[in-house]
Amino acid sequence: MTVAVTKLRVEDKLFQNRYLVDPGRPHIKVRPHEHPSANLLALTRICPAKCYELNDKGQVEITADGCMECGTCRVLCEASGEVIWNYPRGGFGVLFKFG
Amino acid sequence: MSGEKFDAIVIGAGMAGNAATYTMASRGLKVLQLERGEYPGSKNVQGAIMYANMLEKIIPNFRDDAPLERHLVEQRFWMMDDTSHVGIQYRSDDFNESTPERYTIIRAQFDRWFSRKVREAGATVLCETTATELAQEGGKVIGVRTDRSGDVILADTVVLAEGANGLLGARAGLRRTPTSENVALAVKEIHFLPEDVIDQRFGLHGNEGCVIEAAGTISRGMAGLAFLYTNKESISLGIGCLVSDFAATCESPYELLEAFKNHPSIKHLIADSEVKEYAAHLIPEGGYKAIPALFGDGWVVVGDAAQLNNAVHREGSNLAMTSGRIAGEAIFEVKSRGGRMTKRNLALYKTMLDDSFVIKDLKKYKDMPALLHTNSRNFFMTYPKLMSEASKNFMRVDGTPKIENERATTAAFIKARSRWGLVSDAVRLAMAWR
Ligand SMILES: Cc1cc2nc3c(=O)[nH]c(=O)nc-3n(C[C@H](O)[C@H](O)[C@H](O)COP(=O)(O)OP(=O)(O)OC[C@H]3O[C@@H](n4cnc5c(N)ncnc54)[C@H](O)[C@@H]3O)c2cc1C
Ligand code: SF4
Repeated sequence: MTVAVTKLRVEDKLFQNRYLVDPGRPHIKVRPHEHPSANLLALTRICPAKCYELNDKGQVEITADGCMECGTCRVLCEASGEVIWNYPRGGFGVLFKFG
Repeated sequence: MSGEKFDAIVIGAGMAGNAATYTMASRGLKVLQLERGEYPGSKNVQGAIMYANMLEKIIPNFRDDAPLERHLVEQRFWMMDDTSHVGIQYRSDDFNESTPERYTIIRAQFDRWFSRKVREAGATVLCETTATELAQEGGKVIGVRTDRSGDVILADTVVLAEGANGLLGARAGLRRTPTSENVALAVKEIHFLPEDVIDQRFGLHGNEGCVIEAAGTISRGMAGLAFLYTNKESISLGIGCLVSDFAATCESPYELLEAFKNHPSIKHLIADSEVKEYAAHLIPEGGYKAIPALFGDGWVVVGDAAQLNNAVHREGSNLAMTSGRIAGEAIFEVKSRGGRMTKRNLALYKTMLDDSFVIKDLKKYKDMPALLHTNSRNFFMTYPKLMSEASKNFMRVDGTPKIENERATTAAFIKARSRWGLVSDAVRLAMAWR
């Protein structure tokens, strides 16, 4: 399976979901770093919404728009300070119709 | 809201929070419930099987108007390898009783119903409000701050029902954020199909439902489980594995889910369905040994936030409802005796919980999480493959003498795990199951 196909699939999946994005207020941030830790790097594969991606310089970046607020990245990378995690403001973020 | 003081503030309108709020409000306490979602359930994910007994203890006549999908008459457990499954199946017409004991539900709908009952019981429910901080004074919790205003909303007790990924308790230093070994990440999809197609594919009539739980090579050696539950006009299916295993293997959850959906044993069951949602959520898996402090001065913690989840039996909502109810009863009890919400008085919650199935069940399986974690490759790769091979040997009629097939099966087991390995896995499993 190529990466492109996988990516397309997740985006298709997320397309089904309802979100209320809070513009300019991302609820998760990645602390600037030179080299990502193993856990941070793992998030590019294991975040269920594929929010994490590697940039050209080998650093991990996040676009939290499709985030389902599961907390996986918090459990792996909050303690080390690599990820700063908060819930979106009340009412914003993912809105499950079925759950 | 400023200046007002509540008997209790409940954080979260999930299973645990609704149970606690309902219990207190219906006994006349002044309760404020905060929920960050647009409506109760908009942030919540469950398989979802709901157990009637535990809800009956809170709302006895819930069957009159609760949004229930199907009641379960059949349970299948499958051990899967890449192309086959070996299964146990239990079906009984006895489950077609007047008050069935298990139902499938859709959380977004169920939580809204439960929240309506909570409001009818007299609680104040504020949605679209994220509690951001617990306010403390001299080590005692006195209220909460929210993202609505900087003011503290005061209460005698705060009930933390914030779920598996709760921030407040951890930030206030009352418990730790779960470690990656103690939580599973589950991804789930809901597939819509006409009711009669579901009935036909699973052999169901009327409101009967069927569930399939599956383990094996589908989790690629990680400690995990997949599920497929029938709703009235849809099928919920998903797969979850420990976060620590995901981090170690870098397997992607949606690829696992796709592979599960495309497995030859599953594919025909969901063929031609319309997918309407993709969700992800954590499940507490640490069991008894991961339960944090459950109470302190001015606070108690209930449900998933307290790791009260039985991963072995896939039960969580009922432990959440029960711990919420018991916390509500304990707070009411302390209050009616005229007591203050001190650590000492709130210990009543733990005493009552220890006496319930919640803690008794978790204690029974206290060694299970560690066993499955350290042995995941054997339990989730080697054995399912061997089981499948053994079944194939048993079923195939190809002119090989039966005795040779049996020998081949035994040899395969021993080759994969050694005699000693097999015995020790069996003994350890039996010990953890005791
Ligand atoms: C995929 C999956 C399948 C499952 N299947 C089953 C099953 O079949 N049967 C079963 O019994 N259990 C199952 N469970 C477990 C079950 O879902 C949980 O045990 C149960 O939902 C826990 O209830 P809770 O009230 O503790 O937490 P939740 O239901 O998660 O509720 C927590 C609530 O708190 C709110 N909240 C959190 N923080 C804040 C804050 N700071 N401010 C305001 N609100 C906040 C959230 O928005 C949420 O509404 C499953 C779980 C998953 C993920
Ligand atoms: S919370 Fe979950 S979905 Fe959101 S970015 Fe983190 S891992 Fe991805």
